[in-house]
Amino acid sequence: MTRSQLFAYGLRDSVPMIVGIAPFGIIYGTLASVAGLSLWQALGMSLLVYAGSAQFIAISLLTAGTGAAVILFTTLIVNLRHVLYSASLQPYIAHLPQAWRVPLAFGLTDETFAVVQRRYLAHGAGGHGHWYHAGVALALYLCWISSSLLGVLFGQAMPSLAGWGLDFAMLATFIGIVVPLLRNTPQVAAAVVAGAVAVACHALPYKLGLLAAAMAGIVVGVLLERRVSRPVVGEGA
Amino acid sequence: MQTWWLILSMALITFAVRYSLFAWPNLRFPPLVLQGLHYVPTAVLTAIVVPGMLMPDGEHLALRLDNAYLLAGIGAIVIAAVTRHLLATIGGGFVLFFLLRWAFGQLPL
Repeated sequence: MTRSQLFAYGLRDSVPMIVGIAPFGIIYGTLASVAGLSLWQALGMSLLVYAGSAQFIAISLLTAGTGAAVILFTTLIVNLRHVLYSASLQPYIAHLPQAWRVPLAFGLTDETFAVVQRRYLAHGAGGHGHWYHAGVALALYLCWISSSLLGVLFGQAMPSLAGWGLDFAMLATFIGIVVPLLRNTPQVAAAVVAGAVAVACHALPYKLGLLAAAMAGIVVGVLLERRVSRPVVGEGA
Repeated sequence: MQTWWLILSMALITFAVRYSLFAWPNLRFPPLVLQGLHYVPTAVLTAIVVPGMLMPDGEHLALRLDNAYLLAGIGAIVIAAVTRHLLATIGGGFVLFFLLRWAFGQLPL
């Protein structure tokens, strides 16, 4: 297959994801403009950061008057899951020059990962597979930018949307991501512990409650997984 | 200006996380770290969602039947468990949320 064919296939396979991304982008843009960001700031965040859930949280934290350090720290915590994506795709992009790896890393969102990984698993790394990857990344990036812009314009036209509770979109999004992950006991336990600690520690300053909750959930998940995968062998109760 | 610095810093952090293993193609994480990373999305996102549902104002527990965040959140969890479809969860949860807020007279109409 030629490069342009692969690139076109990448664009084509992105279409189902566009249906999922566009509403997010529109809601993000609306929230951002209602939160007081200018058109260029709201759009600039989509252009430069390009991380939907981190942008959602940054906007709701900004609305709540949270300081920059907490917002950056939260960005790091929320984006840590991308290390997993980076690790999973590493074998397929390792042979590419830096000029390819940098833009592909920039576009490594949840959705890009989902589409691209399917292709790499089926066809491996060789040939011009990275052109397919580039097609997906470009299509989803353009979708995010244009839907963000739509949302900003919408928010500017209807400033009264501020009181509607659009921030619920973020909760619904995260619920939609997490619930399908809860397939085994360690994942469920990690969720329960993280949720409980987050509520118990909500009064801690600098969003430290979020860090405590995340750490507690991860530790419980790992401990339980080790128990499950290494059963009995003379371990006391 | 402050907002732009925030945006640039967020961009830098996000890119660094995504580029981490693309930057050093031969770097491998120890198994314990990889194992822990599998619980990051669950732990982080739940730690944001649960307080968001139970304490919509960020300070006080609102275990009440007029808390649309709580009720619609539970509805979204059910939709997600049944359909396992992200867009259905967001759409269904959003519709439920606004219906509840409208019924409770909480929308600025």
